[in-house]
Amino acid sequence: MEKHVVVIYPHPDDESFGAAGTIIQYRKQGVPVTYLCGTLGEMGRNMGNPPIANRESLSEIRKEELLEAARVLDMEVEMLGFRDKTLEFEDRTKVATNLKEYLDRIKPSLVITHYPDHAVHPDHHALGAAAIEAVRMMDKSERPVVWAQAISRNYTEVLGKPDVINDVRAEIDTKLDAIYAHKTQAAGVLSQFMQPGFSQEEFKKKVANNFSTEQFYIWKYND
Amino acid sequence: MEPINVSKIQAYLDDRINKSVYIHLETTNGAYASHINEKAYTVGAFIRNAEVKFTNAKIIENNHVYRVGLKLEIGWIYAEGLTDWTVTEENQLLLAGHDREGRLMVALQISEQPFSN
Repeated sequence: MEKHVVVIYPHPDDESFGAAGTIIQYRKQGVPVTYLCGTLGEMGRNMGNPPIANRESLSEIRKEELLEAARVLDMEVEMLGFRDKTLEFEDRTKVATNLKEYLDRIKPSLVITHYPDHAVHPDHHALGAAAIEAVRMMDKSERPVVWAQAISRNYTEVLGKPDVINDVRAEIDTKLDAIYAHKTQAAGVLSQFMQPGFSQEEFKKKVANNFSTEQFYIWKYND
Repeated sequence: MEPINVSKIQAYLDDRINKSVYIHLETTNGAYASHINEKAYTVGAFIRNAEVKFTNAKIIENNHVYRVGLKLEIGWIYAEGLTDWTVTEENQLLLAGHDREGRLMVALQISEQPFSN
């Protein structure tokens, strides 16, 4: 059994879309989960439909949404205070050192993050790379296992079959609750699954299917 | 935010002519644009807290498309596709263009104090 799981993603909602099912499963086993959230998604373009946020109020609203999702997922959350869209321009070592301070304190047995260069959003690539670097900086005997999540269109062609293929259908209702806790983001992100002529039921089924598996690669350190 | 009100926005702009102000200017079609649609391009740009003085400022409506142009001593600031506006408690003017799903496509914001980081 894991001792403590740390999830490292850059935006409020990455945890719910990407790993909520896995988080719920660990919490059911009694494993503590802490989400290190890199930014507050300040530069998101989804403002709710109709809009309930603007560029200046978005960060505070997304912070509240993140806390609500953390409540739904029964996990701890720490906000790292970087700014949305800028992570790849920060000094990589500085970000990694910042993450390592949390890891040294929490001592997780498993870290979940994005797979650099296969995770679509530049913040995902950058924070994933920094998380992997943070674990590399640890003493070899103390390193947690790292699961890296790819989300690009063609990642299985490039990276092969993921090492961890987690069926989270049993957790889908709570996962969707966590996704919908991100009120400004959920409708906009999920609208890509709506197709002409779809009923609400067909839409819900398509969304549930799409989010019923969470896949990860186990990062291999070569030193 | 509320639908653009030309006269109120023009009055706000007029009040800040030749004063030092901070600008947030942005356009985006989303970081996932080419992920969701392979044929799309992911495009975005933003400037936050450029300190400028404008000598002329105008909001123009044409066929329900709103544009704002600010003339600087040595250049211009321009935004097209604005649909909504508000003034915050800090007296910042926020102008934004939203698509049919409420997503922000363009923003031009003016403040007498720097915008928060």
